[in-house]
Amino acid sequence: MDQIFLQVLNGLDKGGAYALIALGLTIIFGTLGVVNFAHGALFMLGAFCAVTVKALLETSKVTTDPTQLTAWGTPVEVRTPYIEAWLGDFGTLLVDFSVPASIIIAIPVMLLIGVAMERGLIRFFYKRPHAEQILVTFGLAIVLQEIVKSQFGANPIPQPAPDAAKGMVDFGAFIGFQAGSVVYPAWRLIYFLFSLMVIGAVFAFLQFTTFGMVVRAGMADRETVGLLGIDIDRRFTIVFGIAAVVAGLAGVMYTPILSPDYHMGMDFLVLSFVVVVVGGMGSLPGAVVAGFLLGIVQSFASMNEVKAILPGIDQIIIYLIAVVILLARPRGLMGRKGVMEA
Amino acid sequence: MRKYDFTRRSLLKGTALAGVGLAAPTILTSKSWAANYLNEPTGSTVTFGFNVPQTGAYADEGADELRAYELAVEHINGEGDGGMLNTFSSKELKGNGINGKKVVFVTGDTQTKSDAARASAKRMVEKDGAIMITGGSSSGVAVAVQSYCQDAGVIFMAGLTHSNDTTGKDKRANGFRHFFNTEMSGAALAPVLERNFGKDRVAYHLTADYNWGWSQEGSIKKYTEKLGWQTASAVRTPLGSGDFSQYITPVLNSGADVLVLNHYGRDMVNSLTQSVQFGLRDKQVNGKEFAIVVPLYSRLMAQGAGENVKGIYGSTNWHWSLQDEGSKAFVKSFGQKYGFPPSQAAHTCYVQAILYADAAQRAGTFRPSGVGAALEGFEFDGMGNGPTEYRADDHQCFKDVLVVKGKENPTSQFDVLEVVEITPRAQVEYPASLLGGELGPYNDGV
Repeated sequence: MDQIFLQVLNGLDKGGAYALIALGLTIIFGTLGVVNFAHGALFMLGAFCAVTVKALLETSKVTTDPTQLTAWGTPVEVRTPYIEAWLGDFGTLLVDFSVPASIIIAIPVMLLIGVAMERGLIRFFYKRPHAEQILVTFGLAIVLQEIVKSQFGANPIPQPAPDAAKGMVDFGAFIGFQAGSVVYPAWRLIYFLFSLMVIGAVFAFLQFTTFGMVVRAGMADRETVGLLGIDIDRRFTIVFGIAAVVAGLAGVMYTPILSPDYHMGMDFLVLSFVVVVVGGMGSLPGAVVAGFLLGIVQSFASMNEVKAILPGIDQIIIYLIAVVILLARPRGLMGRKGVMEA
Repeated sequence: MRKYDFTRRSLLKGTALAGVGLAAPTILTSKSWAANYLNEPTGSTVTFGFNVPQTGAYADEGADELRAYELAVEHINGEGDGGMLNTFSSKELKGNGINGKKVVFVTGDTQTKSDAARASAKRMVEKDGAIMITGGSSSGVAVAVQSYCQDAGVIFMAGLTHSNDTTGKDKRANGFRHFFNTEMSGAALAPVLERNFGKDRVAYHLTADYNWGWSQEGSIKKYTEKLGWQTASAVRTPLGSGDFSQYITPVLNSGADVLVLNHYGRDMVNSLTQSVQFGLRDKQVNGKEFAIVVPLYSRLMAQGAGENVKGIYGSTNWHWSLQDEGSKAFVKSFGQKYGFPPSQAAHTCYVQAILYADAAQRAGTFRPSGVGAALEGFEFDGMGNGPTEYRADDHQCFKDVLVVKGKENPTSQFDVLEVVEITPRAQVEYPASLLGGELGPYNDGV
């Protein structure tokens, strides 16, 4: 039983990342009708916002100590981070909390990147076939990857969680199991809660604001909204920026779980598309539900008991589920009629 | 009026004569007549082909290999401080190239993909005239390129490849490996694991699901089970999984008290980081402290796992902190040129380039069978690993193996590992027949 509970928790935090990326993909598809294969790269760029913030916070004054030599005979460099020199313990605390602190920087940066992507490239492909949209966005993803690799190298870069969030949470004590039987990393629980918060914020924004109302109207009937004198294109540009922010935030907070490297976006991209298709193209609740569902299913499929019966099932389960759901419900779990049904 | 009799027969005769006439000047310069072996250098230079990952996940390791090769070429040609040529036991290389020819080089990108690696090796051999191919950061690539070099008729000096198969079931006469293998890792690690964790342990393996992972898992299981350890489970994980949490959670309550991560590169960084996040490094099971083992460490990549490597045991081919004269000379030479210490990949590549050059010099030829004969059974010292032998039976180098541990108090970003034991060569040696395969005859490419 404790194993099952652990795998549910595991699926939830994994599903949180899937849901956040899929949510952004669905927003873009639902509003702009663009199949954005560069969305994984936005997740990766978010993660590298955290890397950059940490590097900036750790910018150091470099002095050499002539009394100590390196193994190759040059004086040892002594690095003192400016922020620690200036702010003392608060500076140290800031470096420790660099990942959550990066959110503040990542929001405007990702918004700008999203708007620039949409205005600079994506908008020229609105009326092109989906195949061309896929090619251009996939090409863009490769370009972004290579830029990051040229600046940061190919190796993963460690981004530790704050010391206060490094420990384990004992769930066993909370839910009546034996103490210590269900323990889970605190940061992963924080990530799950964070993903719920972001998802809630996006839904609230679309549901309870005038801007959101116009966007939803545009998603339902773009032409009519245009005829009412509303500049729907401008709003959709901002929506693209918001989708980029959601993917970026998912990336920022994921860095203590997965040391960022230039390729991390591609790892999530294919899975996120499966999530979108399973949830239903253009359906925001569908993307969220499918994200968590597939995360949990993937975790259960990796259990030794399951793999003993069906070897290798962990590697194909998501695609199997997608096939089954599409056969039973061709529009996905919560797909709307008319989307991708030209 | 003259009449020309132009028949089909006369046309064929004329064409044949014209063909012979045109081909005659080239027949004496044709490679098949003029050369004794493929790409025999005829000018004042000889070309090496450095086939390393320049793109993809191992690009940083590939870049370090390339730095080492450039340094080796400098030293062979008599530039720079000479590096390990000053400490190498063989004194055949005089700093004026090889057999009177300066070394130049071309590079290829393996992309850590077998087909791409073969294609780049082929291009360097056929188009650039490379006499020898060397480099790489993956066993799959090494086996593929080694096989190509055998078929083409050039020597392959393997880079970083740790699977038993490279000099086991897939060995070839034209291929040589300086790097150690999973069999040696198992043999070197087991006694250290016994001393630190005892004989009564239950191990859980997470293994990258490809050739090297299986090879590593097999070797560690073999040697730890000999100690009396039990294996609770050995779970295969897809290459490049990213998030390993679904494979780590079953470990928590499995009853195992040791987790063996048969992962390399990015997989190792992620699986180790996440295992530590799940509290495994500080866990108590069966009244014992839980232990994590990473059988193959790469300092370059361990940096990606940051503080999570602290206290974690593993093995490595070479480490820059070694204090023998050869290692010190190489670290000094490399550090002064590039500003940081070399990785184990850089070391093995540098040594391979020097060993090839020395063998060709001793043989007095670049003919693959001649160079191979000079390498077979060659015993040397002063290259950072103590007394070493290129065993004739399988073209595998036998030398001491380093057991390392993640350093508790690193003094710099490069100071990630500390050497806890230098396992003597005798302890890691095995009969060549153990890993199967046949070298077969040399191919000189003619």
